[in-house]
Amino acid sequence: MSGAASPGEAVTEPFRILPKVTPENEHFWRGGAEGELRFLRCRACRTWIHPPAPVCPACYGRDVAPEAASGRAVVHTFTVNHQPWIPTFDPPYVVAIVELPEQAGLRLTTNIVGVDPDDVWIGMPVRVRFEFRDDNGYQVWLPLFEPDPDVPSSAEEGA
Amino acid sequence: MSTEVPDGRFERKAVISGVGQSQVGRRIYRDPLDLTIEAALDAIADAGLTPADIDGLATYPGNQEIPPGFSGVGVTEVHDALRLQLNWFSGGLESPGQLGSVVNAICAVATGLCNHVLCFRTVWEASAQGDKGRASVTMGGGGGMYRAGSFMQWTLPYGAASAANWIGMMAARHFHEFGTTREQMGQIALTARANAARNPKAIYRDPMTLDDYLSVRMVSTPLCLYDCDVPADGSTAVIVSRAEHAGDLPHPAARVEAVGTALRGRPSWDQFDDLTTMALRDAAAMLWERTDLTPADVEVAELYDGFSFITLCWLEALGFCGHGEGGPWLEGGARIALDGGALPLNTHGGQLSAGRLHGYGFLHEACTQLWGRGGERQVRHKGGVGGRPRVAVVGAGGGPLGGCLLLSSDGP
Repeated sequence: MSGAASPGEAVTEPFRILPKVTPENEHFWRGGAEGELRFLRCRACRTWIHPPAPVCPACYGRDVAPEAASGRAVVHTFTVNHQPWIPTFDPPYVVAIVELPEQAGLRLTTNIVGVDPDDVWIGMPVRVRFEFRDDNGYQVWLPLFEPDPDVPSSAEEGA
Repeated sequence: MSTEVPDGRFERKAVISGVGQSQVGRRIYRDPLDLTIEAALDAIADAGLTPADIDGLATYPGNQEIPPGFSGVGVTEVHDALRLQLNWFSGGLESPGQLGSVVNAICAVATGLCNHVLCFRTVWEASAQGDKGRASVTMGGGGGMYRAGSFMQWTLPYGAASAANWIGMMAARHFHEFGTTREQMGQIALTARANAARNPKAIYRDPMTLDDYLSVRMVSTPLCLYDCDVPADGSTAVIVSRAEHAGDLPHPAARVEAVGTALRGRPSWDQFDDLTTMALRDAAAMLWERTDLTPADVEVAELYDGFSFITLCWLEALGFCGHGEGGPWLEGGARIALDGGALPLNTHGGQLSAGRLHGYGFLHEACTQLWGRGGERQVRHKGGVGGRPRVAVVGAGGGPLGGCLLLSSDGP
């Protein structure tokens, strides 16, 4: 990934509740500053770990460290939310669970953006697009996903 | 069915000896402790006991202020209000669903920690929300400087504030893999509404048609408004007693044939290995590992419907149909109908129509049916005791929460 956001490009609408950044999850929530979607990974057996934990679930190794994934993913499932839950975060919008090609089951919940909700489908190739948020100096880069223009696709051949 | 107690099957040393329930309704604006005491005294009397006999106390999720209306009463308040003299007590959120608290109580009497446990679950979500709707009590209502931690950090920044979103995604995956349709899933909501019409305490009792269901507004695809349970105020209590007490009861006891408490997959809404099912898959599998009974022996099913898709998952997980076959199995709704269905389902109207009593309502209804107290909604089973069903299954919880009980009534 390349193309780091600069602090001048902070997005302010819609209102989003921001994650509580800690030393344990900072690689994930601020990796977008360098344009990287980062997860913990076991240095011994190379298993990706999400959400962050101080141990590898495969080999129980303790030597885990952040590493950048490709940023590509596939829509594993999604829902079009129609209910207003959060002020100014107006429906409809797409909440999805995307799965990364790096490892079976390596998934995260996100929004699919840059596409009409009616045009999202399970199996759709997507790629990360960071949304920079700056709340009076409290900065996070939310990994959102958009259709991947580099992967020719259709609903017929997907999933 | 066997009444022996094989080594290790602790649950057969316990019975459900009484049930009770408070007033149930929308926005009744009563103190949750007041509701709880009403249910507790009702259950204690039903078991032929007095508060002086109660030496154990268990609840889910314990006292917590957020989200508003989700609890508000823990063991401490009930303990003190009734001046109970306890040998054992337990309250907490981290258990195999709401029924985990009942399983704790079963363990406590089976191991001799106590004799009679008062178990309860109290909600006042309807009053807490007032006229402001559900959004007012989600974490999303906080706004301002609130930062999402723990699990919520992975969902709230994306506007996925509700289990409707998380369960909606699971339902969408099930629809995608197996071709399940809204018309099929909707039978759960329609059946609940039809049963609620025969339950005087149910909240929504007006008839609902498939057209009503298909035309109501979406909440989070593929879940519409009628796939979501209705926030309510009310308290439900059950008494778990040592099996030796069964003979002293004024009515047959409900024997605990088996419990299911397993969670072998990841304890997560979005990281579970197979999103076409959930934690209840493991709890249900464990249930059948602990009994010689089979799904064919079950004569009434009370299965959690916080969202109708969860009930579909319980039906599959418990083996009434295969994994992925829930849609066709539900088609038309005849199998789960109160009149003539092979497996009458959510006979009181479920949380979808009778009100979100959060798990305990299903256990209360299972005992109601086993004891022949169903009135207009009583299941009449041709093989049962005096027409009453003999075996009931109760499942509660969705997502990473799931626990179940298999109950039998072989009394007179």
